[in-house]
Amino acid sequence: MELELRGITKRFPGVLANDSVDLTVRSGEILSLLGENGAGKTTLMNILYGLYSADEGSILIDGEEQHFEGPGDAIAAGIGMVHQHFMLVPVFTVTENVILGVEPTTGPGVLSMAEAKREVEEISTRYGLKVDPDAIVENIPVGVQQRVEIIKVLFREADVLVFDEPTAVLTPQEVEEFFGILRGLRDAGKAVIFITHKLREVLEISDRINVLRRGRVVGEADPATATSSQLAEMMVGRPVDLVVEKSDAIPGQPVLRVEDLVIVDERDHPAVRAVSFEVKAGEIVGIAGVQGNGQTELVEALTGMRTVLGGRVMLGADDVTDYSPRGMHRSGVAHVPEDRQRRGLVMSYTVAENLVLDSYYAEPFSRGVIMDWDAVDDNADTLVEQYDIRTPSVHVPTSNLSGGNQQKVIVAREFSRNVKLIIAAQPTRGLDVGSIEYIHERIVQQRDEGAAVLIVSTELDEVMALSDRLLVMYEGAIVAELDPKQVTNAEIGVYMAGGRS
Amino acid sequence: MTAPTKVEPAGGGEEQRSPAEMRRARNIGIAYLVLAAFVLWAFGIGSIGEGDAAFKLVRPTDRFPGFPDLVVPSAALAFIVATVLAFLGGIQLTRGFKKWTNVVLAIALLLFVFAFLGWATAGKSFSLVGMMQETVKRSVPIALGALSGVLSERVAVINIAIEGMLLGGAFVAALVGSTTGPYLAIVAAMLTGAALAWVLAVFSVRYRVDQIITGVVINLFVLGLTSFMTFRILSSNAHLNNAEILKPIALPLLKDIPFLGPILFQHNIFVYATYLLVAVTTYALFHTKWGLRSRAVGEHPRAADTLGVNVYRYRYMNVMIGGLIAGLGGAYFIQGSVGRFDENMTLGRGFIGLAAMIFGRWHPVGALGAALVFGFSEALQGKLAILQTPIPSEFLAMAPYLVTIVVVAGLVGKARPPAADGQPYVKE
Amino acid sequence: MTDHEQPSIDPSATTEPLDEGSTLFRDITGVGLDWRSALLVPVLAILTALVVSTVIIALTDLDALRMWGSDPAAAFDETWDTIFAAYKALFQGSFGSIRAISETLVGATPLILAGLSVAIGFRAGLFNIGTEGQMLVGGMCAILVGISFSAPLFIHLPLALLAGALGGAVWGGIPGLLRARTGAHEVITTIMLNFIALRLVDYFLKTSLFQAEGRDDPVSQTVATSARFPRLLGFLDRSDVRVTFGILFALAVAYGIYWLLYKSTIGYEFRAVGYNPDGAQYAGMNVAWLYVGVMAVAGAMGGLAGSDQILSVLHRGTPGFSAGLGFDAIALALLGRSHPAGVVAAGILFGALRSGGQQMQVATDLSIDLILVIQALIVIFIAAPALIRAIYRVKTGKSTEQLTRGWAA
Repeated sequence: MELELRGITKRFPGVLANDSVDLTVRSGEILSLLGENGAGKTTLMNILYGLYSADEGSILIDGEEQHFEGPGDAIAAGIGMVHQHFMLVPVFTVTENVILGVEPTTGPGVLSMAEAKREVEEISTRYGLKVDPDAIVENIPVGVQQRVEIIKVLFREADVLVFDEPTAVLTPQEVEEFFGILRGLRDAGKAVIFITHKLREVLEISDRINVLRRGRVVGEADPATATSSQLAEMMVGRPVDLVVEKSDAIPGQPVLRVEDLVIVDERDHPAVRAVSFEVKAGEIVGIAGVQGNGQTELVEALTGMRTVLGGRVMLGADDVTDYSPRGMHRSGVAHVPEDRQRRGLVMSYTVAENLVLDSYYAEPFSRGVIMDWDAVDDNADTLVEQYDIRTPSVHVPTSNLSGGNQQKVIVAREFSRNVKLIIAAQPTRGLDVGSIEYIHERIVQQRDEGAAVLIVSTELDEVMALSDRLLVMYEGAIVAELDPKQVTNAEIGVYMAGGRS
Repeated sequence: MTAPTKVEPAGGGEEQRSPAEMRRARNIGIAYLVLAAFVLWAFGIGSIGEGDAAFKLVRPTDRFPGFPDLVVPSAALAFIVATVLAFLGGIQLTRGFKKWTNVVLAIALLLFVFAFLGWATAGKSFSLVGMMQETVKRSVPIALGALSGVLSERVAVINIAIEGMLLGGAFVAALVGSTTGPYLAIVAAMLTGAALAWVLAVFSVRYRVDQIITGVVINLFVLGLTSFMTFRILSSNAHLNNAEILKPIALPLLKDIPFLGPILFQHNIFVYATYLLVAVTTYALFHTKWGLRSRAVGEHPRAADTLGVNVYRYRYMNVMIGGLIAGLGGAYFIQGSVGRFDENMTLGRGFIGLAAMIFGRWHPVGALGAALVFGFSEALQGKLAILQTPIPSEFLAMAPYLVTIVVVAGLVGKARPPAADGQPYVKE
Repeated sequence: MTDHEQPSIDPSATTEPLDEGSTLFRDITGVGLDWRSALLVPVLAILTALVVSTVIIALTDLDALRMWGSDPAAAFDETWDTIFAAYKALFQGSFGSIRAISETLVGATPLILAGLSVAIGFRAGLFNIGTEGQMLVGGMCAILVGISFSAPLFIHLPLALLAGALGGAVWGGIPGLLRARTGAHEVITTIMLNFIALRLVDYFLKTSLFQAEGRDDPVSQTVATSARFPRLLGFLDRSDVRVTFGILFALAVAYGIYWLLYKSTIGYEFRAVGYNPDGAQYAGMNVAWLYVGVMAVAGAMGGLAGSDQILSVLHRGTPGFSAGLGFDAIALALLGRSHPAGVVAAGILFGALRSGGQQMQVATDLSIDLILVIQALIVIFIAAPALIRAIYRVKTGKSTEQLTRGWAA
């Protein structure tokens, strides 16, 4: 079986997402589609899957042109997609999620759950994807959720399986397991398309590599001979420094001390268990770990967004455990939140209004109850220039800006104050390489100027590159403290998965 | 974000309760104690009549008129209830009832109401059977409204326009019922409800107007139009506002059961239809293909979309079925109740239905249960007026609305609506 | 959340920054076009609403309908006569004379205040459907001050207004507090409080505190002259020109709300919470207290609206004296796009509809409830410019911004 995308072009207002893309994949091979965030990979796959329609070009299966009006048609044609953000209904069981849309029935529309369960178990054993058919999806770990997504696709007898950034939520060990599954699928005769921006993985698993940049296929690579830097250069269009330039840290006094912190989540499950660590001035401490091990709750507690059940947080000599977000701000803590659109910005506000979101209530931006809009505008003009924020004016809604520039607004706002401690959660998620480089540079710069920096990220490479000291979180506890210069990915992976080295 | 907190209490770990949970538990405990004190003071010491309260369990026209009354010494009852409540309060504040908390809460409230009735009826007699029968009747429009809401919100479309659908259905039922017959009127009312639901669906699904705004506007529109037409057409043409009322149908044998018979089995078809619809809806939602897909559309429309489920179609369909049901509720006011239309006769029942839906956790059976609670408070208000309690009638009239506020304020704990509730779905 | 993938947006390809006037207008209409073409939608909406209402008038004229069978020409005449008379009365009654304009302004005053009540809620992301109840409670407080003692005008009237504002603030603050503390959605709580307020008024009007001497029915004593808004055009010495200083008061309040929302720090917080409560919380704003604050201000506006009803027009309380104005206010606020300037304009429009509608009812026997229909239609068309676009094939902006976040707290 051969799947071909020929000359696919797709335009969005102001943007050419896909520019005459050609791509072929055959049964029994793994094709990787490599590109940075924003290159057009997901758009292309959405077209393949029938979620978008291409403006020009065609999709052919074994030479026959296909017309997909929607995912139903694509599924019927044998195309299955595992999305980057899982498309699972959290309150349904595994089985219910698998059968949705192709439910086995008896009588007039009555569900036949027994039969469904049987089929799920059958696929599960055949491909080695262990799941509990009756488990509720929101209660199972992310790695298992991914298996459910794969079973979903196999249940519909897909010939082509597309995986969009599948390893973002996995530990290194789970990635190895996942690659085993991919190889199994390939050997069973499926065609696999693997979309990612991770160079090392691409080199490990692919049979062939296509590189996408700014909506165009800029080249093919052979995994046997290509190197990471070659691929990076193809992805970005210029030679890329894969290593963050930084000198050694000169740590000073401890700025942040976390002592025996205990946090419970909304459903009364323990999220953080008796965690203790410290961050000194002039050093970057990174917390690695798979999403969902308590990092989010920890950061929320440290920034005043969440109450703690026990333990304390010390900032210098002050006990800031119960401080509100504003209290933390006032104490010299900067926070780059993990969800920039929900927490970090008011999207409908202008760039200028967002740049004072943390300090609007005091001089110079407001006197008593009155806002001084001139001061706000001046501040905005200064910061936009200093931090190279690309925007037509400071008076446009922030929603008009690209992800990278939105993040720069947050960084400009937070870093331009006098800060003792910076807490950055997933600071470069979803950003293009240029923005990533920029933000990394600014973080290192702040460290060199004496700030204490805490980085929480699920991107292992980022955390490894930036940190002077590395902590690993697993199931709400710190399970390891490592030196990033000396430890290997595999070792970290073991800790991330809860094992001991 | 679909990545859940991976952390589970390992093995049989102790359940740590969040501060909010503990606060709620403590508040409930305090509430019990306060209620106990109130019952003691108001109903025990503040007895208004001499002697016992006699609760009639049968009516003179029933099969077994000799069935004994439930006689309760009202002051003693108050003391007993106060003691029990204090006891419960003590337990709640110390150990707590954990997963039985809500059940105990329901029981405590029932006891309170019982003590209240005992106090109100001291020295007199009170037809408990009559009031319960009234409860079932009063709960019908609320239950149908709530069911309509459930169907709509299960596909994530907030339906504020239930009030308008009830009112519009009632108007049409009156008009058509006066000129033709009751069954045609019911059908017409249901179609009216569906038409209004279609408007809601079009604006919220296709034009993506805010759902609450659309609902509020539909209500205003229906109120204005029906009031206008009442003035213009009905007031000068009495024969157009005189519809036949459907008689109750007593189910043979079942109707003769003492106490329960009149309460459950001697009603008009609206009541039976309500129960039937609740049963059918429950089964359909949780055991059929349609139900699975509908719920998916409400919880995670994008996931459903990626699997080929037509999100828009399910939204239109379910909202309109909800409209049919609400229209039936509107017809109840005419063919099931008074037979004539008055301006704004629904008086907020649609909104109470919404509260019942939330109270009932978006589950048809829960919504029915909640509707019965609200129906009870309405029936109570009526009967209390007869009993001549010292409470002014205006305050009694406030009862259903106060109950609604208390319910919605989370007395029953946080409820989880369908995850995509209120958000228009945008196909990219 | 398309966090993972943003097509590389070239910033220079995004919209041109708007000029000052258009920015202001964007705020009012929520539409990103220049103000000339954006005015198109409201105007077309109003016209379309009038057209549809005309159809309704025609279709409900039973006598004329009967005639169509036998004598179409006469039926057409009859229908046309009714319609023409209706609109003539509508215009005459709203702008056709000093008295008409005065009546329009008399109607507009409480509407503007009530509209502000709803609008400020919308700005903070809250649905204040409770203006009706807030009017009642505020009005009763104003009555109490007005009948309980005597004082010179410049003390008595402000005190009465203050009492009205405070009463309304409390009645609005309750749902705000419930929302902040328990997450109870204000749509339901405010509607319930409306019904409760109605009953409370019924009750209190029969108590000795309020009830007029020697009367058995629920009517309050008359408010002292020193607590009433004086007539604006009193020098004309015409009893039918009822407009009072209330209209100036309402305009001043509208300006005050504008200043509050756009020039003050609190306003910055109100709007932030309205756009993004999570972001606001992260920025250190106390979202819960802001909800209470907004609802209290909204309630105060409602209370002032009710007070104006009493102190300008009615001069005493009767059951349900809010007369459904609170619901008109919802349509008003939507029409005015929740901006004080828009609310003022919409308030005057609705005031005109009301006074014109009264004339229409007298002249043609068409119930004034038709006005409710027209209002609802206008709002629907405003809220869904796409519909106007489909009907008239014109270019419009996008729909009303998403205001709801569902029932979740």
